[in-house]
Amino acid sequence: MLRESATFDRATIADIQRAAETGIYDIRGGGAKRRVPHFDDLLFLGASMSRYPLEGYRERCDTDVVLGDRNASYPLHLSTPVTIAGMSFGALSGRAKEALGRGASEVGTSTTTGDGGMTPEERGQSKHLVYQYLPSRYGMNPDHLRMADAIEIVLGQGAKPGGGGMLLGQKITERVAGMRTLPMGVDQRSACRHPDWTGPDDLEIKIRELREITDWEKPVYVKIGASRTYYDVKLAAKAGADVIVLDGMQGGTAATQDVFIEHVGIPTLAALPQAVQALQEEGLHRHVQLVVSGGIRNGADLAKCMALGADAVAIGTAALIALGDNAPHLDEEYRKLGSAAGFYDDWQAGRDPAGITTQDPELADRLDPVVGGRRLANFIRVMTMEAQVIARACGKAHLHSLEPEDLVALSIEAAAMARVPLAGTSWIPGQPL
Amino acid sequence: MAALSTPLDVHEPNSTTEAVVDLSVSDVRQLNAALHAPDVAEKVPSWRVTHPDGRHSIAVGLDAEVSVEIDGHVGYYCAGMNKSATVTVHGNAGVGVAENMMSGTVRVRGNASQSAGATAHGGLLVVEGSAAARCGISMKGVDIVVGGDVGHMSAFMGQAGRLVVCGDAGDALGDSLYEARIYVQGSVKSLGADCIEKEMRAEHLAELAELLAAAGMSADPAGFRRYGSARQLYNFHVDNASAY
Repeated sequence: MLRESATFDRATIADIQRAAETGIYDIRGGGAKRRVPHFDDLLFLGASMSRYPLEGYRERCDTDVVLGDRNASYPLHLSTPVTIAGMSFGALSGRAKEALGRGASEVGTSTTTGDGGMTPEERGQSKHLVYQYLPSRYGMNPDHLRMADAIEIVLGQGAKPGGGGMLLGQKITERVAGMRTLPMGVDQRSACRHPDWTGPDDLEIKIRELREITDWEKPVYVKIGASRTYYDVKLAAKAGADVIVLDGMQGGTAATQDVFIEHVGIPTLAALPQAVQALQEEGLHRHVQLVVSGGIRNGADLAKCMALGADAVAIGTAALIALGDNAPHLDEEYRKLGSAAGFYDDWQAGRDPAGITTQDPELADRLDPVVGGRRLANFIRVMTMEAQVIARACGKAHLHSLEPEDLVALSIEAAAMARVPLAGTSWIPGQPL
Repeated sequence: MAALSTPLDVHEPNSTTEAVVDLSVSDVRQLNAALHAPDVAEKVPSWRVTHPDGRHSIAVGLDAEVSVEIDGHVGYYCAGMNKSATVTVHGNAGVGVAENMMSGTVRVRGNASQSAGATAHGGLLVVEGSAAARCGISMKGVDIVVGGDVGHMSAFMGQAGRLVVCGDAGDALGDSLYEARIYVQGSVKSLGADCIEKEMRAEHLAELAELLAAAGMSADPAGFRRYGSARQLYNFHVDNASAY
């Protein structure tokens, strides 16, 4: 009888063999694939005798959210708390960025630039556009800063807290190279630290500079990868952030070492309550808004984030899937690349059959930005409606009225991380009974 | 949003074209808002700022052909993201002077702290004294001329533009350099990864002479050495792993 080793399973053996053959670590796209405690490990307690539900088809359950009203004269007012996470032109095609803008605008939410600057396609199609301010400052331009609706200072992302970006040479086309002031075809390296500030005291000055440049009009977000979340959120909020974007380890990346994705950072579920606690202790919860990303897939995840104290969520991987990533009809083409529909993660390679994570003009032309935008809008609408279904069942007239008391956990780990009781008990691990 | 407590206190003591803003009575936010006025270049092309006293973010985000003279020392990010304007600091500058500048001229009569000209895309930054660590970090097209020395990791990941150092350079000059060009008259303590000395040809002497002249420096181009990228790390190869 063949017996597979739990320690040296087939995937591990393949990794060792690949490393020995190539001499280089594995780089891929996407987020952590390992099983970690997640929102699936939580359940809602619907209303019955002790709680009063709302009538699903008659009583309103609002979904709007205001982001960045702490200091900015023009905060964002979004119709749904589902936003689009930062993804770069370069990592994605121009048409994919346009599709994200179209979809987001159709449902009244925001989309976000990425490393490499702002494209006309994206600005033109995005009603609410968040402009990322990254360590590399590739394509960083004060005109774009002024054209943006909000500014997001990126300290890190969930897939690689502590790491810089990379965009491999095959995706550095003439246009991408021009926007980033790089030679064509180089492996673009992005710094992991900002070039002109270090630490929270400097961040406070940097935030103030960005406000001065934009005449205090734009909300300033700070994005962090989930690791020492409690302290990072406190420091960012005290430095003056209007919005904290918290990205857990399931959050996707366009290109990062597999070892980094799988072994650095903490799950979104573990990070979110820490962030809420930090904001509450500073008296800033709901004043500094919290946007959570990293493995958000459906309305249940959205509702659970809201219940745990988030103000909004951001989707990246799910948005790309909505556009057409990993579509079943492309299975044959994925197999030619050594993958399969449902498994494709070589977003770094630039050969995406769906035309999303590529700069190849022929492949990129496969994505119709109008159709893609409509698919994304459909998906966000479904997510929002699903969350409303749950919120009404819990008797809540706004998604933001969901609360931890509405939740229980299916596992001890999830109960400890989410700080809600294990289902059927009043036990929250780590807290006195 | 907090309302401004007082209107900007602008004095026009000697002429109709120079506005004087005293930061001991006005605040930086008021100054920047006034400098961002759409018609500022036509109405008030010349500005003088007194008592800066190390305040941060003075004259940031300018987007007009105005002249701003600052009488004293400034804090972080003075003239950050400058476009078109000419900003002169009659004193020392804190971290990130002229960071991400797009065009125009920024001149520091004294010394500059870390990250002078960081990520700047264009224009001319002149530091008449010395600049601390990371001068020209991730520079993307700016020209920087330093009359004195520069600290360690200067021009780190420099992508485009020219850095001219009339004095000495610290450790790891030009580390992980892309296409920025570096000229140093004095000694270089060490070169960073993938940065090498290159031949100084006639076209380099000519562009260096232009840069020195533009900066008002009297140094002889013939006394400089040129440094640039060896371009060995542009695409990752396992044999270069020890270089990182």
